[in-house]
Amino acid sequence: MNTLTVSVVTPDGPVLEDTFEMVSCKAESGELGILPGHIPLVAPLSISAVRLKGPNPQRIAVSGGFLEVRPDKVTILAQSAERPDEIDVERARAAKERAERRLQAKQDEIDFRRAEHALKRALNRLDVVENR
Amino acid sequence: MASLRDIKTRINSTQKTKQITKAMHMVSASKLSKAEQFAKAFYPYSDKIKEVVSSIAGSAQDAENPMLQSREVKKTAYFVITSDRGLAGAFNSGVLREVYRTIQKRHQSQDEYTVIAVGRMGRDFFKKRGIPVLKEITGLSDQPNFADIKDLTSETVQLFIDEEIDELVIFYNHFISAISQEVTSKKLLPLTDLTEKSAGNSTSMYEYEPNQQEILNVLLPQYAESLIFGALLDSKASEHAARMTAMKSATDNADELISDLSLQYNRARQAAITQEITEIVSGASALE
Repeated sequence: MNTLTVSVVTPDGPVLEDTFEMVSCKAESGELGILPGHIPLVAPLSISAVRLKGPNPQRIAVSGGFLEVRPDKVTILAQSAERPDEIDVERARAAKERAERRLQAKQDEIDFRRAEHALKRALNRLDVVENR
Repeated sequence: MASLRDIKTRINSTQKTKQITKAMHMVSASKLSKAEQFAKAFYPYSDKIKEVVSSIAGSAQDAENPMLQSREVKKTAYFVITSDRGLAGAFNSGVLREVYRTIQKRHQSQDEYTVIAVGRMGRDFFKKRGIPVLKEITGLSDQPNFADIKDLTSETVQLFIDEEIDELVIFYNHFISAISQEVTSKKLLPLTDLTEKSAGNSTSMYEYEPNQQEILNVLLPQYAESLIFGALLDSKASEHAARMTAMKSATDNADELISDLSLQYNRARQAAITQEITEIVSGASALE
């Protein structure tokens, strides 16, 4: 079976480096599935879960990241990336509630956008924890 | 001549100061090794993002991103990284002096520049001199996470995109080794050095999804933010190193002072004893 080396790096250090059979993620322009031997590609990722498939599959909550693909190696660079066991569920819940309150309060546009982003990040984290 | 008791008190107080400086030296030493680790953990990210950004920016001659283009400079922002606490030798004063000199030299009116201050020492310095401080962040932990400063970095980069500032220059202490740090100034935005450097190596041609423009729009702000974060980590390491060296020399000075004082103390003690003996002897001979 062909495999890909996947490494996930953030400014706070590498999160994961392992081999998998397939990378499935959500880019800003839509779902992407990467198999070994893919042509070199760069794509920004939306705030979402990256699914790494193989003998021991992984899900990673990513925000503010992008994907760099080489034929035998996939690098995910993200401002934050967490595995399910690293996610602080309490904090994510609190962040979700806070963001929802802010969205309902409807302030000016910048705050609105920021709250929306925060909500997305929180939901993404919770989603990754629940479907681990 | 100081009395025996005076000298004794001074020795004691110096001893206590020495204990404190020694403890601070040890703390800084351990913080330095941690800060170095953090800086090291950041390298893979920064190297990779630089590689990708420069390969895209280098291959896309027609890509016109505002972040890559120099425009007429109407307002310059100085991003100054200092520490929250003092007792770090020339760590803060070196940076601040350099920034102050640059501002004096380059600008006539206050409308032409603004300061973004990281650290209490820097903020207070500029506020006291009436220099406009646009943004500030203090109380940063010794091992900052990216999340801690993300707001500041993204707001700063946004200022540039919105054309509120036309140039971003960063001032910080670059960590060379535990005993030497260097005040560094770097022009961060616009990102001009990217295309020149990568012109030679086009080892990897990428497919872009959706297209180069879009990717640069996402990637360049992230790259600029990572540069700022890198400088911050660098500066943190320098801070601990500077404090470590400062505290080391303070401890050494205390040692020297204590040995001088002990010598003085012993001389004074001996003189007192000699005097006492002389008094007793002369008293005894007067009786005969």
